[in-house]
Amino acid sequence: MTLHVEEVTWRVEEHTILRDVAVDVSAGELVGVLGPNGSGKSSLLRCIYRALKPDAGYIALDGDNVWDLDAKEAARRTATVLQETPGEFEFVVWEMVLMGRTPHKSMFARENAEDHDLVESALAQVGMLSFADRNFATLSGGEKQRVLIARALAQQARFLILDEPTNHLDVRYQLEILDLVRGLQVTTFTALHDLNLAATYCDRLYIMAEGEIVAAGTPEDVFQPALLRKVFGVEAEVQIHPRTGKLHIVFLPAHAAPPPAPAPAEEPASVVLVGES
Amino acid sequence: MGAVAERPIQDQSETRPALALNSKRRDARFPLVVLALAVGLLVTLTLAVTIGPVAISPFTVWQIALSRLTGLAAGEWSAAHENIVWLIRLPRVFLAAIIGAGLAVVGVAMQAAVRNPLADPYILGISSGASLAAVLVILMGIFKFFGIYSLSVAAFLGSVMSFVIVLTLAQNRGTLSPVRLILVGVALSYVLSAATSFVIFRADDAEGIRSVLFWLMGSVAGAKWSYLTLPLIAVAIGTAYLVLQARPLNALVAGEETAISLGVDTNRFRRVLMVVAAMITGVMVALAGAVGFVGLMMPHTVRLFVGSDHRRVLPVSLLAGAIFLVWVDVLARSIVQPEEMPLGVITGFLGGPFFIWLMRHKRDALGGGRS
Repeated sequence: MTLHVEEVTWRVEEHTILRDVAVDVSAGELVGVLGPNGSGKSSLLRCIYRALKPDAGYIALDGDNVWDLDAKEAARRTATVLQETPGEFEFVVWEMVLMGRTPHKSMFARENAEDHDLVESALAQVGMLSFADRNFATLSGGEKQRVLIARALAQQARFLILDEPTNHLDVRYQLEILDLVRGLQVTTFTALHDLNLAATYCDRLYIMAEGEIVAAGTPEDVFQPALLRKVFGVEAEVQIHPRTGKLHIVFLPAHAAPPPAPAPAEEPASVVLVGES
Repeated sequence: MGAVAERPIQDQSETRPALALNSKRRDARFPLVVLALAVGLLVTLTLAVTIGPVAISPFTVWQIALSRLTGLAAGEWSAAHENIVWLIRLPRVFLAAIIGAGLAVVGVAMQAAVRNPLADPYILGISSGASLAAVLVILMGIFKFFGIYSLSVAAFLGSVMSFVIVLTLAQNRGTLSPVRLILVGVALSYVLSAATSFVIFRADDAEGIRSVLFWLMGSVAGAKWSYLTLPLIAVAIGTAYLVLQARPLNALVAGEETAISLGVDTNRFRRVLMVVAAMITGVMVALAGAVGFVGLMMPHTVRLFVGSDHRRVLPVSLLAGAIFLVWVDVLARSIVQPEEMPLGVITGFLGGPFFIWLMRHKRDALGGGRS
C-alpha cells in the first residue's frame, strides 16, 4: 500500500489550516509527521482518513483518489487509531475489536467464525487476548491503545494511520506501542509528539509548521538544531546515541552552559519563539 | 498494570489456547434471552387483558381472541366479556405495547445518533410541536375538518413541523453536528412549550385543560383496532432498519471519527437515523401523546444488562419497552379506579426510582468490568 498526498489545501473560513501539503509513504515504511501544536498534523491525517475533505489537492491510496472510493472501500484500505473513546457507552474489549470488521460486512451479514478468529489473533498479537471480556472503559491508557491497534489489525487494512499513539502514556508504554507498530510491518503514517521517539522508530519524517511541510527526510536529514530552533522554538543538541545508533536530541534549557569549544555560542541559548504569530 | 510487562509483544497465536470467552458465550446465549422476553411479553399481554373492573380468566381471553381470529375456538363467555376483551382491552394493551416498544427503540437510536446518553425520542422538539398542535385542537378547535382524527393529524403535523425546523436550523456547512441538533432541539422545545402554556393560560375551559394535561402526559385509553396499523408498521419498519444498521450504530457510538474510519458515512447515516426516529415518534405521539421517560430510561436499563452492542440492545429494548409500558398502563387504569392516570405520571414515579436503584446496584458489575 502506498500513500500519495499532493498539494492538499484545507481552509476554515479565511484561515488556511493546510497549505499545499505533499507527502509520500512507500509500501512497508513507517513515516512520522511532527510539528508543534496547531501545525496541522491532525488535520492532515483527518484528510487522509476522510474525516475532512480538502479544498484543493489530491490524496491517493495505491493510486486511487480516496474520495473516489466509497466509504467502506476506503476503510478496508486504511485503518486508523484515534484517541476517541466511547464515553458513556460501555463496550467490552471483544466488541471494540469486532468493530474493525464493520467495513467488511454487508448489512445482512452476520459475524462468522472467520471474523472471530481475526479478532482473536489481533488481540493475541497485541497481547490483550486475556482482556477480551474486560470493559474497555476500565483499561489503562496503554491497554486501550493496544486494543485500538488490535481493532485496526482486525480491520485487515494494509495502511495504518496513527494519531499520536503515545499521547498520555508512561514512557514504558510509549516504547511498547511503537515497538508493536514497528513489528507489524504495515505501511504506517503516524503523527508523533516526541522527537526522540520519532527519531528512534521512523524511517522518514515530515515536519509541519503553520500548515506547511517545512522539512522532510530521514531523521538525520531533518533534525538539525537550526530547524528545531525555527520550528519548535527550542535550543537543542543532536547526537548519535552510542547504544541505539539512532539520533538523540537533547533539549537545552535557557540556563544551560554554553557548548564547549571549539566555537562559543553565537547567540544566547534562550528560547526563540518562531512561528507563533 | 503489572500484568502488561509479562506479556510478549510479538504474536502469540502459536501457543494460544482455545478460549472460552464470555463475550462469545453471551452471543450464543442471546437467542434464549430474546425468546424468554418474547414469552414474557405474551404473558404480559394476556395478564394485562384479564385485569380490570371485570376480571376475566386468561383462558377466556385466548378463547375469545382465537374465535375472533379463526372462528374456530368455542367456549362459554358472555357477549359483554367478548366486547370488553376484543373491543376495549386488547387494542389498548396492544397499543401500549407498540408505543412502549417504539419509544424504547427510538430512544436507543437517538442516543446513538447524537452520542449522548441524555437523548430521548423527543430531543428534536417532536413532542413539543405535537403538544402545541394538540392544545390548539383541544382548546381552540383548530383542524376540526379532520373530524375525530383531528387531534392525531394535528399532533403528527406539529411533530413533523418542529422536526423539519430543528433539522434545518442545525445544519452547518452541510453537516449535522450532534451538539447543534441537541441545542436547537432544546431551544425550539422551550419556544413551543411557552406557546403551549400561553394557549392553556388564555383558555377558560376547565374540562379542556384537564384533557390537555392528560394528553401531554400520554395515554392509550380509548384505543381501537384501527389505531394500531400505522404505529405497528412504523415501529416494525423502523426497528428492522435499525437492527440492520447495528454495526454502524456501534461504530457511531464509539466515536464520530472512529465511525468514519470504519467506513460509515456519518453525515448521511445520522440524517437517515433522524428521519426514521422522527417518523416513528411522530406517529406514536399522535396516537398516545407524549409518554415520557420510557425512551430515555429503557435503553439505559437494557444496556446495564446486555452491554452497548446494538445487535443486543435493539431487540431487547423493543421487547422490554413493550412489556414495561403495558404494565404501566395496567397501573394507570387500576390505581385510582374508576379514574385513569396519565402514563407519564406512572413512568415517572415508577421508572425514576427504579432506574436510580438499578444504576447504583448494577454499575460495578457492568460489562464484566474490573473484577
